[in-house]
Amino acid sequence: MASPKELLEQRLNEKFSGENFIFNEHRNELTVSLDKKNIIAVCKYLKEEPELAFRLCEDITAVDWATRKNRFSVVYHIYSLKMNFRLALKASVDEKDCNIDSVSSVWNTANWHERETFDMYGIHFNNHPDLRRMYMPEEFEYHPLRKDFPLMGIPGSLSLPKNKN
Amino acid sequence: MEKLTKDDVHPKILEALLADSNITLEDALENEMILNMGPQHPATHGVLRLLLRLDGETVMGCVPELGYLHRGYEKLAENMNYYEFIPHTDRLDYLSPMSNNVAYALAVEKLVGIEAPPRAQYIRMIISELARVASHLVAIGSLAMDVGALTVFLWTLREREKILDIWDILCGARFTNSYTRIGGVANDAQPEALAKVKWFIDQYLPNLDECERLINTNRIFIERLDGVGVISADDAIDIGLTGPSLRGSGVEFDLRRAQPYLFYNEIDFKVVTYPDGDSLARYFVRADETRESIKIIRQALEKMPQGETLLNQPKKVLPKKTEIYSRMEELIHDFMIVNFGINPEPGEIYHAVESSKGELGFYLVSKGDGKPWKCKIRSPSFVNLQSVPQLVKGHMVSDVVAILGSLDPVMGEADK
Repeated sequence: MASPKELLEQRLNEKFSGENFIFNEHRNELTVSLDKKNIIAVCKYLKEEPELAFRLCEDITAVDWATRKNRFSVVYHIYSLKMNFRLALKASVDEKDCNIDSVSSVWNTANWHERETFDMYGIHFNNHPDLRRMYMPEEFEYHPLRKDFPLMGIPGSLSLPKNKN
Repeated sequence: MEKLTKDDVHPKILEALLADSNITLEDALENEMILNMGPQHPATHGVLRLLLRLDGETVMGCVPELGYLHRGYEKLAENMNYYEFIPHTDRLDYLSPMSNNVAYALAVEKLVGIEAPPRAQYIRMIISELARVASHLVAIGSLAMDVGALTVFLWTLREREKILDIWDILCGARFTNSYTRIGGVANDAQPEALAKVKWFIDQYLPNLDECERLINTNRIFIERLDGVGVISADDAIDIGLTGPSLRGSGVEFDLRRAQPYLFYNEIDFKVVTYPDGDSLARYFVRADETRESIKIIRQALEKMPQGETLLNQPKKVLPKKTEIYSRMEELIHDFMIVNFGINPEPGEIYHAVESSKGELGFYLVSKGDGKPWKCKIRSPSFVNLQSVPQLVKGHMVSDVVAILGSLDPVMGEADK
């Protein structure tokens, strides 16, 4: 029987021929980099293909590379209960075109993870059902986990609650 | 709890609250009521705020609001070296700080590519399981208290107190332990600490039975939980539930079994599942899981080898304090690690452990510096809370309290 890595490599290249997937392994963890326009199709396929069955989406987050051309990478950690295998998907997002399709239609749990990523990095998730900030107040203008946001915060950026009396 | 008017609620939250109804914003508040629950409500287990849309006493919609305890740990982690972040992990899930320490240390070790000596790993296994027992005891006690049975809370906290005493001997702190180090543990487990662990596991099971006798046949307790907050196995996976909440829906998924870390592959234990998916099932899973934990601790105590508890890898692992004071080499290594960090090779890893609340994962990105480029905490409480709107729909206000108690969220972890 093929290992999960080989199976994935073969299946993805078969199904999405012509697309450029980059398979990378570090400390026995497989990461697949893909184009952001394919994200929904690939996620749907990985979830619904009975042999792969990545039904559990563990985590969605982003990395701010600060100086790279494509400033952000959105990272998805998904898990297949069937194969007992964890896969990371990575899609690059540029600062000028700072959006990616939401996968909350594939996994319900993506909803809050994407809200958190939006809150922290300012990446817009297209077609997200409820894209509000997760932790910061709605009035807050910045995205704190971006590398250009200072550790000490920005004075005056957090407004105090209005006194109702 | 207070009744809110339209002007008190942020328009975006109001929009989310009314998302699945066909009433308009104007007349919504005339037929239905918006009730604010939290963030200071004692039954929300911390600073969780729930906005409930009520029709009479039935919950029609619910929007959880998080962030009241947001301390920005992920930002802090990017600005300190790997060692400095260990004490901060205590403050995530503050009911089981030991297992957070272990999770973080394992993640960094994976990133660096080192492994702690076997004795240290067995100690880590014992403390993670004790932390699980302590956390589940609080969960069981506070769930019972939420639905009106106060005695259980006092009895389970008495048991937890004994575990805190073990922490006290082991590392000198009762609550925020910071006991693990990258590459091992801070100090070897003293014979007194191990003797106390042995004593604890011997007397624990009869005491748990005693607690269970109080509530397992209590009609009020059962009826408050039975059939309340039901979630099917498929929905539970879809919404990302992990840990006891997922196993309460009959899914046999436990990272200790699925992706064994430490020495869980050498230990014989059962993954507890209950098929019903309601609050009562989640309570049963927790109670039975502590029994399995005791089994694991017993086996680990037997199998634990003698030997070092800290890896000898001077460029990556901090030397012991006594050695720093007396030897030149160690002093230099200590200086280098504290000032410049352990510089793992560039790469990224995700490591998850089965903590008491569910899957606790750390996603670390290294650029080869002493500080992590990114540290994302996948906290189980955060994800489990996402199921609240689904679970409370159609239930009474008083059931919201029972459902929250059965999910056992800890806001320190959910808000990071």
